[in-house]
Amino acid sequence: MTGWFADSAHWTGPDGVPAQVGHHLVYTLLALGISLAIAVPLGMFIGYTGRGGGLVVGSANALRALPTLGALVLLFLLISSSVSGQAVYLIPTTAVLVLLGVPPILAGTYAGIQNADSGAVGAARAMGYTRAQILVRVQLPCALPLMLSGIRSATLQIVSTATVAAYVGLQGLGRFILDGRAEADFTKMTAGALLVAVLAIAFEVLFALVGRFTISPGLRRAETSATRSRPSPAIPVPAPGT
Amino acid sequence: MNKIVDWVGDNYGLVWSLTVSHIWLTLIPTVIGLLVALPLGWWAYRSRRSYTPIVGIAGLFYTVPSLALFIFLPPIIGTKILDPINIVLALTIYTVALLVRVVADGLASVPVDTVLAARAMGYRTWQILFLVELPVAVPVISAGLRVAVVSNVSIVTLAALLGISQLGSLFTQGLQLQLYGPLVSGVVMCVVLAVIFDVAIQVANRLATPWRERIVTS
Repeated sequence: MTGWFADSAHWTGPDGVPAQVGHHLVYTLLALGISLAIAVPLGMFIGYTGRGGGLVVGSANALRALPTLGALVLLFLLISSSVSGQAVYLIPTTAVLVLLGVPPILAGTYAGIQNADSGAVGAARAMGYTRAQILVRVQLPCALPLMLSGIRSATLQIVSTATVAAYVGLQGLGRFILDGRAEADFTKMTAGALLVAVLAIAFEVLFALVGRFTISPGLRRAETSATRSRPSPAIPVPAPGT
Repeated sequence: MNKIVDWVGDNYGLVWSLTVSHIWLTLIPTVIGLLVALPLGWWAYRSRRSYTPIVGIAGLFYTVPSLALFIFLPPIIGTKILDPINIVLALTIYTVALLVRVVADGLASVPVDTVLAARAMGYRTWQILFLVELPVAVPVISAGLRVAVVSNVSIVTLAALLGISQLGSLFTQGLQLQLYGPLVSGVVMCVVLAVIFDVAIQVANRLATPWRERIVTS
Protein backbone atom coordinates (compact mmCIF):
# COMPACT_ATOMS: atom_id res chain seq x y z
CA MET A 1 0.00 0.00 0.00
CA THR A 2 2.73 2.48 0.98
CA GLY A 3 4.59 1.31 -2.11
CA TRP A 4 1.67 2.41 -4.30
CA PHE A 5 1.65 5.86 -2.81
CA ALA A 6 5.47 6.11 -2.86
CA ASP A 7 5.57 5.37 -6.59
CA SER A 8 5.94 8.76 -8.24
CA ALA A 9 4.25 7.47 -11.40
CA HIS A 10 0.95 7.52 -9.51
CA TRP A 11 1.31 11.20 -8.74
CA THR A 12 1.75 12.68 -12.19
CA GLY A 13 -0.17 12.90 -15.44
CA PRO A 14 -3.89 13.01 -16.18
CA ASP A 15 -4.50 9.73 -14.29
CA GLY A 16 -2.40 10.70 -11.27
CA VAL A 17 -3.65 11.22 -7.74
CA PRO A 18 -3.66 15.06 -7.79
CA ALA A 19 -5.56 15.17 -11.09
CA GLN A 20 -8.19 12.69 -9.91
CA VAL A 21 -8.57 14.42 -6.54
CA GLY A 22 -9.07 17.63 -8.54
CA HIS A 23 -11.78 16.05 -10.69
CA HIS A 24 -13.44 14.60 -7.62
CA LEU A 25 -13.44 18.02 -5.96
CA VAL A 26 -14.88 19.70 -9.06
CA TYR A 27 -17.83 17.26 -9.20
CA THR A 28 -18.34 17.59 -5.46
CA LEU A 29 -18.28 21.38 -5.37
CA LEU A 30 -20.47 21.70 -8.46
CA ALA A 31 -23.13 19.44 -6.97
CA LEU A 32 -22.83 21.04 -3.54
CA GLY A 33 -23.18 24.54 -5.02
CA ILE A 34 -26.33 23.63 -6.94
CA SER A 35 -27.76 21.82 -3.89
CA LEU A 36 -27.16 24.88 -1.73
CA ALA A 37 -28.71 27.20 -4.31
CA ILE A 38 -31.86 25.07 -4.34
CA ALA A 39 -32.15 23.96 -0.73
CA VAL A 40 -31.21 27.03 1.32
CA PRO A 41 -33.77 29.48 -0.13
CA LEU A 42 -36.44 26.78 -0.20
CA GLY A 43 -35.65 25.75 3.38
CA MET A 44 -35.77 29.38 4.50
CA PHE A 45 -39.13 29.83 2.83
CA ILE A 46 -40.59 26.70 4.39
CA GLY A 47 -39.16 27.41 7.83
CA TYR A 48 -40.33 31.02 7.68
CA THR A 49 -43.85 30.40 6.43
CA GLY A 50 -44.29 26.98 8.05
CA ARG A 51 -45.82 25.68 4.84
CA GLY A 52 -44.82 22.44 3.12
CA GLY A 53 -42.79 20.99 5.99
CA GLY A 54 -44.52 17.62 5.91
CA LEU A 55 -44.08 17.38 2.17
CA VAL A 56 -40.35 18.03 2.49
CA VAL A 57 -39.82 15.43 5.19
CA GLY A 58 -41.84 12.89 3.23
CA SER A 59 -40.05 13.41 -0.06
CA ALA A 60 -36.66 13.42 1.67
CA ASN A 61 -37.43 9.99 3.09
CA ALA A 62 -38.69 8.75 -0.26
CA LEU A 63 -35.52 9.97 -1.99
CA ARG A 64 -33.43 7.94 0.41
CA ALA A 65 -34.96 4.79 -1.06
CA LEU A 66 -33.95 5.70 -4.61
CA PRO A 67 -30.79 3.73 -5.46
CA THR A 68 -28.18 6.22 -6.64
CA LEU A 69 -26.49 3.84 -9.03
CA GLY A 70 -29.79 2.98 -10.72
CA ALA A 71 -30.84 6.61 -11.04
CA LEU A 72 -27.44 7.50 -12.48
CA VAL A 73 -27.48 4.82 -15.18
CA LEU A 74 -31.13 5.53 -15.99
CA LEU A 75 -30.47 9.27 -16.48
CA PHE A 76 -27.36 8.47 -18.49
CA LEU A 77 -29.29 6.23 -20.89
CA LEU A 78 -32.14 8.73 -21.16
CA ILE A 79 -29.97 11.65 -22.22
CA SER A 80 -27.23 9.77 -24.06
CA SER A 81 -29.00 10.07 -27.41
CA SER A 82 -29.72 13.79 -27.20
CA VAL A 83 -26.61 15.21 -25.50
CA SER A 84 -23.05 14.97 -26.73
CA GLY A 85 -19.54 15.46 -25.39
CA GLN A 86 -18.49 15.44 -21.76
CA ALA A 87 -21.95 16.68 -20.72
CA VAL A 88 -23.44 13.25 -21.27
CA TYR A 89 -21.46 12.07 -18.26
CA LEU A 90 -21.50 15.26 -16.23
CA ILE A 91 -25.25 16.00 -16.32
CA PRO A 92 -26.52 12.67 -14.92
CA THR A 93 -23.75 12.55 -12.31
CA THR A 94 -24.42 16.09 -11.11
CA ALA A 95 -28.18 15.54 -11.11
CA VAL A 96 -27.87 12.41 -8.96
CA LEU A 97 -25.47 14.10 -6.54
CA VAL A 98 -27.78 17.12 -6.24
CA LEU A 99 -30.64 14.73 -5.50
CA LEU A 100 -28.56 13.41 -2.61
CA GLY A 101 -27.42 16.82 -1.45
CA VAL A 102 -30.71 18.72 -1.37
CA PRO A 103 -32.70 16.79 1.30
CA PRO A 104 -30.26 17.11 4.24
CA ILE A 105 -29.58 20.81 3.55
CA LEU A 106 -33.29 21.51 3.12
CA ALA A 107 -34.20 19.67 6.33
CA GLY A 108 -31.42 21.39 8.29
CA THR A 109 -32.35 24.86 7.08
CA TYR A 110 -36.05 24.45 7.60
CA ALA A 111 -35.77 22.82 11.02
CA GLY A 112 -33.19 25.40 12.06
CA ILE A 113 -35.35 28.37 11.12
CA GLN A 114 -38.43 26.82 12.64
CA ASN A 115 -36.70 25.92 15.92
CA ALA A 116 -35.00 29.30 16.29
CA ASP A 117 -35.34 30.42 19.88
CA SER A 118 -38.77 32.04 20.13
CA GLY A 119 -37.57 34.28 22.97
CA ALA A 120 -34.89 35.75 20.73
CA VAL A 121 -37.37 36.21 17.89
CA GLY A 122 -39.85 37.91 20.25
CA ALA A 123 -37.14 40.16 21.66
CA ALA A 124 -36.11 41.19 18.15
CA ARG A 125 -39.73 41.94 17.27
CA ALA A 126 -40.10 44.01 20.43
CA MET A 127 -37.01 45.99 19.47
CA GLY A 128 -38.73 46.96 16.21
CA TYR A 129 -36.93 44.61 13.78
CA THR A 130 -38.79 44.07 10.54
CA ARG A 131 -39.66 40.51 9.53
CA ALA A 132 -36.79 40.45 7.03
CA GLN A 133 -34.37 41.69 9.70
CA ILE A 134 -35.57 39.03 12.11
CA LEU A 135 -35.00 36.37 9.48
CA VAL A 136 -31.50 37.53 8.56
CA ARG A 137 -30.18 38.72 11.92
CA VAL A 138 -31.88 36.37 14.39
CA GLN A 139 -33.40 33.29 12.81
CA LEU A 140 -30.55 32.53 10.40
CA PRO A 141 -27.78 32.76 13.03
CA CYS A 142 -29.90 30.62 15.34
CA ALA A 143 -30.43 28.12 12.52
CA LEU A 144 -26.75 27.96 11.62
CA PRO A 145 -25.79 24.88 13.69
CA LEU A 146 -28.56 22.76 12.16
CA MET A 147 -27.93 24.19 8.69
CA LEU A 148 -24.24 23.38 8.94
CA SER A 149 -24.96 19.85 10.09
CA GLY A 150 -27.27 19.41 7.10
CA ILE A 151 -24.66 20.80 4.71
CA ARG A 152 -22.04 18.59 6.33
CA SER A 153 -24.00 15.41 5.82
CA ALA A 154 -24.87 16.47 2.26
CA THR A 155 -21.19 17.05 1.49
CA LEU A 156 -20.25 13.71 2.99
CA GLN A 157 -22.78 11.90 0.84
CA ILE A 158 -21.76 13.79 -2.29
CA VAL A 159 -18.04 13.15 -1.74
CA SER A 160 -18.52 9.45 -1.21
CA THR A 161 -21.05 9.00 -4.00
CA ALA A 162 -19.02 10.96 -6.54
CA THR A 163 -16.94 7.77 -6.83
CA VAL A 164 -19.86 6.31 -8.75
CA ALA A 165 -19.31 8.96 -11.45
CA ALA A 166 -16.43 6.84 -12.72
CA TYR A 167 -18.91 4.13 -13.58
CA VAL A 168 -20.52 6.15 -16.37
CA GLY A 169 -17.14 7.28 -17.65
CA LEU A 170 -16.17 10.37 -15.67
CA GLN A 171 -12.87 10.84 -13.89
CA GLY A 172 -12.43 11.21 -10.13
CA LEU A 173 -11.29 8.88 -7.36
CA GLY A 174 -13.77 6.20 -8.43
CA ARG A 175 -11.45 5.56 -11.39
CA PHE A 176 -8.87 3.92 -9.10
CA ILE A 177 -11.54 1.72 -7.55
CA LEU A 178 -13.24 0.64 -10.78
CA ASP A 179 -10.08 0.36 -12.89
CA GLY A 180 -8.44 -1.54 -10.05
CA ARG A 181 -11.42 -3.88 -10.00
CA ALA A 182 -11.24 -4.38 -13.78
CA GLU A 183 -7.49 -5.04 -13.66
CA ALA A 184 -7.78 -7.18 -10.49
CA ASP A 185 -5.31 -4.72 -8.93
CA PHE A 186 -6.34 -4.78 -5.32
CA THR A 187 -3.69 -2.28 -4.22
CA LYS A 188 -5.03 0.29 -6.66
CA MET A 189 -8.59 -0.26 -5.42
CA THR A 190 -7.55 0.16 -1.81
CA ALA A 191 -5.57 3.28 -2.66
CA GLY A 192 -8.67 4.78 -4.29
CA ALA A 193 -10.85 3.82 -1.34
CA LEU A 194 -8.32 5.31 1.07
CA LEU A 195 -8.19 8.57 -0.89
CA VAL A 196 -12.00 8.87 -0.84
CA ALA A 197 -12.08 8.23 2.90
CA VAL A 198 -9.32 10.79 3.52
CA LEU A 199 -11.15 13.36 1.39
CA ALA A 200 -14.38 12.73 3.33
CA ILE A 201 -12.60 13.15 6.67
CA ALA A 202 -10.88 16.30 5.41
CA PHE A 203 -14.31 17.78 4.68
CA GLU A 204 -15.49 16.75 8.17
CA VAL A 205 -12.57 18.60 9.74
CA LEU A 206 -13.21 21.61 7.54
CA PHE A 207 -16.84 21.75 8.66
CA ALA A 208 -15.88 21.41 12.30
CA LEU A 209 -13.61 24.44 11.87
CA VAL A 210 -16.25 26.43 9.97
CA GLY A 211 -18.71 25.69 12.77
CA ARG A 212 -16.25 26.78 15.42
CA PHE A 213 -15.69 30.14 13.75
CA THR A 214 -19.20 30.99 12.59
CA ILE A 215 -21.58 29.72 15.26
CA SER A 216 -22.27 32.24 17.98
CA PRO A 217 -20.59 31.07 21.24
CA GLY A 218 -23.73 31.64 23.29
CA LEU A 219 -25.71 29.46 20.92
CA ARG A 220 -23.14 26.69 21.05
CA ARG A 221 -23.33 26.52 24.82
CA ALA A 222 -27.11 26.41 24.71
CA GLU A 223 -27.00 23.70 22.06
CA THR A 224 -24.66 21.36 23.94
CA SER A 225 -26.58 21.65 27.18
CA ALA A 226 -29.83 21.00 25.33
CA THR A 227 -28.54 17.85 23.63
CA ARG A 228 -27.20 16.60 26.95
CA SER A 229 -30.33 16.88 28.98
CA ARG A 230 -33.12 16.50 26.48
CA PRO A 231 -32.12 15.10 23.09
CA SER A 232 -34.68 15.87 20.44
CA PRO A 233 -35.40 13.19 17.84
CA ALA A 234 -36.81 15.94 15.66
CA ILE A 235 -33.31 16.89 14.57
CA PRO A 236 -32.70 15.14 11.25
CA VAL A 237 -30.54 12.06 11.63
CA PRO A 238 -27.49 12.19 9.36
CA ALA A 239 -27.73 9.78 6.48
CA PRO A 240 -24.85 7.38 5.97
CA GLY A 241 -22.16 7.86 3.37
CA THR A 242 -23.33 6.04 0.30
CA MET B 1 -42.53 0.87 -22.48
CA ASN B 2 -43.48 -2.39 -24.18
CA LYS B 3 -39.84 -3.37 -24.31
CA ILE B 4 -39.57 -2.95 -20.55
CA VAL B 5 -42.62 -5.13 -19.96
CA ASP B 6 -41.29 -7.75 -22.36
CA TRP B 7 -37.91 -7.79 -20.67
CA VAL B 8 -39.47 -8.24 -17.24
CA GLY B 9 -41.70 -11.01 -18.61
CA ASP B 10 -38.67 -12.85 -19.98
CA ASN B 11 -36.54 -12.33 -16.91
CA TYR B 12 -38.79 -12.32 -13.87
CA GLY B 13 -36.92 -15.36 -12.50
CA LEU B 14 -33.67 -13.38 -12.51
CA VAL B 15 -35.30 -10.30 -10.95
CA TRP B 16 -36.85 -12.45 -8.25
CA SER B 17 -33.63 -14.24 -7.30
CA LEU B 18 -31.75 -10.92 -7.21
CA THR B 19 -34.51 -9.48 -5.03
CA VAL B 20 -34.18 -12.37 -2.60
CA SER B 21 -30.43 -11.88 -2.20
CA HIS B 22 -31.06 -8.14 -1.87
CA ILE B 23 -33.50 -8.79 0.97
CA TRP B 24 -30.96 -10.93 2.82
CA LEU B 25 -28.13 -8.46 2.27
CA THR B 26 -30.33 -5.70 3.70
CA LEU B 27 -32.11 -7.47 6.54
CA ILE B 28 -29.26 -9.41 8.15
CA PRO B 29 -27.08 -6.33 8.76
CA THR B 30 -30.09 -4.29 9.94
CA VAL B 31 -31.07 -6.90 12.53
CA ILE B 32 -27.52 -7.58 13.74
CA GLY B 33 -26.86 -3.83 13.78
CA LEU B 34 -29.89 -3.23 16.00
CA LEU B 35 -28.86 -6.05 18.36
CA VAL B 36 -25.35 -4.59 18.69
CA ALA B 37 -26.55 -1.01 19.00
CA LEU B 38 -28.97 -1.71 21.87
CA PRO B 39 -26.33 -2.57 24.55
CA LEU B 40 -23.88 0.02 23.17
CA GLY B 41 -26.53 2.73 23.20
CA TRP B 42 -27.59 1.70 26.69
CA TRP B 43 -23.99 1.98 27.85
CA ALA B 44 -23.66 5.44 26.28
CA TYR B 45 -26.89 6.48 28.00
CA ARG B 46 -25.91 5.06 31.41
CA SER B 47 -22.56 6.75 31.81
CA ARG B 48 -22.25 10.33 30.79
CA ARG B 49 -18.49 9.96 30.38
CA SER B 50 -18.84 7.24 27.76
CA TYR B 51 -21.55 9.03 25.72
CA THR B 52 -19.18 11.33 23.83
CA PRO B 53 -16.56 8.69 22.88
CA ILE B 54 -19.14 6.03 21.92
CA VAL B 55 -21.34 8.35 19.86
CA GLY B 56 -18.26 10.10 18.46
CA ILE B 57 -16.59 6.89 17.27
CA ALA B 58 -19.89 5.70 15.81
CA GLY B 59 -20.15 8.98 13.91
CA LEU B 60 -16.60 8.54 12.65
CA PHE B 61 -17.53 5.24 10.98
CA TYR B 62 -20.16 7.17 9.08
CA THR B 63 -17.56 9.26 7.32
CA VAL B 64 -16.08 6.20 5.59
CA PRO B 65 -17.75 5.97 2.17
CA SER B 66 -19.50 2.63 1.71
CA LEU B 67 -17.72 1.65 -1.49
CA ALA B 68 -14.43 2.25 0.34
CA LEU B 69 -15.58 0.22 3.33
CA PHE B 70 -16.52 -2.70 1.06
CA ILE B 71 -12.90 -2.68 -0.15
CA PHE B 72 -11.19 -2.13 3.21
CA LEU B 73 -12.85 -5.07 4.94
CA PRO B 74 -11.53 -8.11 3.01
CA PRO B 75 -7.86 -7.76 4.05
CA ILE B 76 -8.89 -6.99 7.63
CA ILE B 77 -11.26 -9.93 8.12
CA GLY B 78 -9.55 -12.26 5.64
CA THR B 79 -12.34 -12.62 3.09
CA LYS B 80 -12.30 -12.35 -0.68
CA ILE B 81 -13.44 -9.13 -2.35
CA LEU B 82 -16.36 -11.02 -3.91
CA ASP B 83 -17.59 -12.35 -0.59
CA PRO B 84 -21.07 -11.02 0.37
CA ILE B 85 -19.92 -11.10 4.02
CA ASN B 86 -18.02 -7.85 3.34
CA ILE B 87 -21.27 -6.15 2.40
CA VAL B 88 -23.12 -7.60 5.40
CA LEU B 89 -20.38 -6.48 7.78
CA ALA B 90 -20.05 -3.00 6.23
CA LEU B 91 -23.80 -2.40 6.46
CA THR B 92 -23.84 -3.75 10.02
CA ILE B 93 -21.20 -1.16 10.91
CA TYR B 94 -23.31 1.60 9.34
CA THR B 95 -26.45 0.41 11.11
CA VAL B 96 -24.68 0.32 14.47
CA ALA B 97 -23.14 3.75 13.79
CA LEU B 98 -26.60 5.18 13.11
CA LEU B 99 -28.52 3.42 15.87
CA VAL B 100 -26.14 3.77 18.85
CA ARG B 101 -26.90 7.45 19.08
CA VAL B 102 -30.60 6.86 18.47
CA VAL B 103 -30.81 4.24 21.26
CA ALA B 104 -28.88 6.42 23.72
CA ASP B 105 -30.99 9.49 22.95
CA GLY B 106 -34.17 7.43 22.91
CA LEU B 107 -33.49 6.06 26.39
CA ALA B 108 -32.60 9.56 27.56
CA SER B 109 -35.90 10.89 26.22
CA VAL B 110 -37.92 8.71 28.61
CA PRO B 111 -39.61 11.10 31.05
CA VAL B 112 -37.90 11.18 34.46
CA ASP B 113 -41.29 10.93 36.18
CA THR B 114 -42.00 7.63 34.46
CA VAL B 115 -38.70 6.14 35.64
CA LEU B 116 -39.19 7.49 39.19
CA ALA B 117 -42.71 6.07 39.32
CA ALA B 118 -41.40 2.64 38.35
CA ARG B 119 -38.69 2.88 40.99
CA ALA B 120 -41.24 3.92 43.61
CA MET B 121 -43.29 0.85 42.71
CA GLY B 122 -40.29 -1.30 43.61
CA TYR B 123 -38.94 -2.09 40.13
CA ARG B 124 -35.28 -3.05 40.03
CA THR B 125 -32.84 -1.36 37.67
CA TRP B 126 -33.01 -4.10 35.03
CA GLN B 127 -36.79 -4.23 35.31
CA ILE B 128 -36.95 -0.49 34.74
CA LEU B 129 -34.75 -0.91 31.66
CA PHE B 130 -36.68 -3.77 30.05
CA LEU B 131 -40.20 -3.02 31.24
CA VAL B 132 -40.21 0.78 31.22
CA GLU B 133 -37.33 2.56 29.50
CA LEU B 134 -36.92 0.36 26.42
CA PRO B 135 -40.67 0.14 25.64
CA VAL B 136 -41.09 3.89 26.06
CA ALA B 137 -38.06 4.48 23.79
CA VAL B 138 -39.45 2.22 21.04
CA PRO B 139 -40.86 5.07 18.89
CA VAL B 140 -37.53 6.91 18.79
CA ILE B 141 -35.58 3.72 18.10
CA SER B 142 -37.97 2.65 15.36
CA ALA B 143 -37.69 6.07 13.71
CA GLY B 144 -33.92 5.51 13.53
CA LEU B 145 -34.42 1.95 12.32
CA ARG B 146 -36.59 3.20 9.46
CA VAL B 147 -33.80 5.46 8.27
CA ALA B 148 -31.26 2.64 8.63
CA VAL B 149 -33.20 0.01 6.71
CA VAL B 150 -34.20 2.32 3.86
CA SER B 151 -30.66 3.56 3.34
CA ASN B 152 -29.32 0.02 3.58
CA VAL B 153 -31.61 -1.01 0.71
CA SER B 154 -30.05 1.68 -1.43
CA ILE B 155 -26.41 1.20 -0.32
CA VAL B 156 -26.48 -2.53 -1.06
CA THR B 157 -26.85 -1.75 -4.77
CA LEU B 158 -23.32 -0.26 -4.84
CA ALA B 159 -21.94 -3.75 -4.19
CA ALA B 160 -22.78 -4.47 -7.83
CA LEU B 161 -19.73 -2.40 -8.79
CA LEU B 162 -17.61 -5.06 -7.09
CA GLY B 163 -19.55 -7.92 -8.70
CA ILE B 164 -21.74 -9.08 -5.83
CA SER B 165 -25.14 -9.92 -7.23
CA GLN B 166 -28.32 -8.30 -5.93
CA LEU B 167 -30.72 -5.76 -7.46
CA GLY B 168 -27.79 -3.43 -8.20
CA SER B 169 -26.58 -6.01 -10.73
CA LEU B 170 -29.56 -4.98 -12.86
CA PHE B 171 -28.08 -1.49 -13.09
CA THR B 172 -24.68 -2.67 -14.31
CA GLN B 173 -26.43 -5.02 -16.71
CA GLY B 174 -28.69 -2.23 -17.94
CA LEU B 175 -25.72 -0.04 -18.77
CA GLN B 176 -23.81 -2.83 -20.50
CA LEU B 177 -26.78 -3.87 -22.64
CA GLN B 178 -28.16 -0.33 -23.01
CA LEU B 179 -31.52 -1.66 -21.86
CA TYR B 180 -34.20 0.07 -19.80
CA GLY B 181 -35.83 -3.20 -18.72
CA PRO B 182 -33.31 -4.28 -16.07
CA LEU B 183 -32.75 -0.68 -14.97
CA VAL B 184 -36.37 0.18 -14.38
CA SER B 185 -37.18 -3.14 -12.74
CA GLY B 186 -34.15 -2.75 -10.44
CA VAL B 187 -35.10 0.77 -9.37
CA VAL B 188 -38.74 -0.18 -8.89
CA MET B 189 -37.90 -3.27 -6.83
CA CYS B 190 -35.52 -1.26 -4.61
CA VAL B 191 -38.18 1.34 -3.92
CA VAL B 192 -40.79 -1.36 -3.30
CA LEU B 193 -38.50 -3.15 -0.83
CA ALA B 194 -37.74 0.10 0.96
CA VAL B 195 -41.45 0.90 1.29
CA ILE B 196 -42.27 -2.61 2.56
CA PHE B 197 -39.53 -2.51 5.21
CA ASP B 198 -40.49 1.03 6.21
CA VAL B 199 -44.16 0.18 6.60
CA ALA B 200 -43.32 -3.05 8.47
CA ILE B 201 -41.31 -1.12 11.05
CA GLN B 202 -44.09 1.44 11.47
CA VAL B 203 -46.63 -1.33 12.02
CA ALA B 204 -44.34 -3.09 14.50
CA ASN B 205 -43.84 0.21 16.29
CA ARG B 206 -47.58 0.77 16.57
CA LEU B 207 -48.16 -2.77 17.83
CA ALA B 208 -45.34 -2.45 20.36
CA THR B 209 -46.64 0.81 21.80
CA PRO B 210 -50.42 0.37 22.12
CA TRP B 211 -50.60 3.07 24.80
CA ARG B 212 -49.50 5.83 22.50
CA GLU B 213 -51.77 8.11 20.59
CA ARG B 214 -51.29 8.12 16.89
CA ILE B 215 -50.13 11.67 16.36
CA VAL B 216 -46.55 11.77 17.50
CA THR B 217 -44.88 9.45 14.99
CA SER B 218 -42.12 11.40 13.29
